[in-house]
Amino acid sequence: MTVRRVQGSEVEYGIAVQGQPHANPMVASTHVVNSYAAAHGLTRRARWDFEEENPLRDARGFDLSRDAADPSQLTDEDMGLANIILTNGARLYVDHAHPEYSSPEVTNPLDVVIWEKAGENVMRLGAELAATIPGTAPIVLYKNNVDNKGASYGSHENYLMRRDVPFDQIVEHLTPFFVTRQVFTGSGRVGQKQDGSVHAFQVSQRSDYFEVGVGLETTLKRPIINTRDEPHADPKKYRRLHVIIGDANCSETAIYLKHGTTSIVLAMIEAGYLTRGLALAAPVTALHEISYDPTLTRKVELEDGRSVTALELQGEYLELAKAYVAREGSDEQTDDILQRWESVLDRLQRDPMECVRELDWVAKLALLERYRERDSLDWDHAKLHLVDVQYHDIRLHKGLYHQLLRTDRMDRLVTDEQVAAAVTTPPRDTRAYFRGMCLARFSKDIAAASWDSVIFDLPGHDSLQRIPTMEPLRGTAEHVGGLFESSSTAAELFAAITGR
Amino acid sequence: MSEQQHKSTRKSSESEDQVETTEVDAERKEKLDDDVDSILDEIDDVLEENAEEFVRSFVQKGGQ
Repeated sequence: MTVRRVQGSEVEYGIAVQGQPHANPMVASTHVVNSYAAAHGLTRRARWDFEEENPLRDARGFDLSRDAADPSQLTDEDMGLANIILTNGARLYVDHAHPEYSSPEVTNPLDVVIWEKAGENVMRLGAELAATIPGTAPIVLYKNNVDNKGASYGSHENYLMRRDVPFDQIVEHLTPFFVTRQVFTGSGRVGQKQDGSVHAFQVSQRSDYFEVGVGLETTLKRPIINTRDEPHADPKKYRRLHVIIGDANCSETAIYLKHGTTSIVLAMIEAGYLTRGLALAAPVTALHEISYDPTLTRKVELEDGRSVTALELQGEYLELAKAYVAREGSDEQTDDILQRWESVLDRLQRDPMECVRELDWVAKLALLERYRERDSLDWDHAKLHLVDVQYHDIRLHKGLYHQLLRTDRMDRLVTDEQVAAAVTTPPRDTRAYFRGMCLARFSKDIAAASWDSVIFDLPGHDSLQRIPTMEPLRGTAEHVGGLFESSSTAAELFAAITGR
Repeated sequence: MSEQQHKSTRKSSESEDQVETTEVDAERKEKLDDDVDSILDEIDDVLEENAEEFVRSFVQKGGQ
């Protein structure tokens, strides 16, 4: 068994224009994206190719009609908003009213950490550059999910899976795991209920915004299991599991564990190894109850009548994974994920504060509790809400997470050098390498690109030339690195690939 | 920034006996408490000045 699997992440950032609470967030987001593009020679701004996007296709086997869809579900319509591809293979664009960075496809959880963190650097620089536009007020970005007034925006994960795995198996075995993994993926929030009307802390930013078990929506009535079926790959072989239930994490350990443990559970589902039912009696209610209890002692009911804590349910998945690894073998990163998963669950069981250097919600709660104690603050106090939001400020000198990092109070898994390199360099072991290298080398000859294609505009060709990239593990450095070395123009590269 | 980087080498120490673990935990917690107190002073310096105004004006549009 392995955590290695094609995967990636998407983060929508909260956005504020300093001193202008009524500024249009779409305009501000567009400034961030376009400023970054202009400063990095992505001047032609190869546009996103929407041909293979089907946001209304449901994994259960039907399409929602466009008329019946909420306008916010039509994510494949180019609204004229900024939308570019970076040389690291990522997509940087404006989604609804937020700037979003979708990481390039990588093959393992540690690389997710590196390329997701690279996205924070991209956003930070984009905001700094946007502030240099004359007449523009400073733009501040937040890697969080809520405004505590009712609005939520997403941070999604994507995992490539085998198409032949029955979707009901995914729903059955993933739902209890997703409901309980918030004990380590939560980013912490001051306020309960969608509008924050209950003044108390909770473990997860996002849990209150999930209202149904399974569904296609991402912007309303959000489901624990999202059924959007856009594989961005050969649909006969693959599905892309689009996970919308995660919190935006600042902590590297939280990102790593979120992707690592989910990859492990998916491997067991694909192998048909999970047969024991761990189904929750009321998943949505349990999701909220677990989030509302930072002591992690709350018990939730299973369909078989047992009552368990979130930690106990996670422990059951961990034990299954260990037994499966004992039978099937594993690799270094998988062993590392299993060890950290076990260690975090053990320590959360003893005292969640033992994970203060690793998990966002614990680090945030530690700060909040100290403020409450020192200044005698109730949970409705504005200062606590400020600490909650400012934890996620991505500016190095203002963000409280960055303050903790700078003073060696949070553990790290990757280095600044690795992250800086990933801002401009694609992963070498997926098709993102081909996409990123095309942009790095031949930006002016690329008319458009997407996850599953690169479209060239070449001298001597009347029409645009599309190169499909439907196999996520082709187009790697190993496959095409030599072609980039031997091609000095886009036309040469195109000819070498297609023979035309 | 590079001098602040380090790889995590923390591992839970399962082998210690119960009494020792409890003592170590108490000591560690006290150290942790001191540490958190000192960080509050540092954070006070970077917190946005008008908390009420900031929180009131932090309004986002819904997303995915």
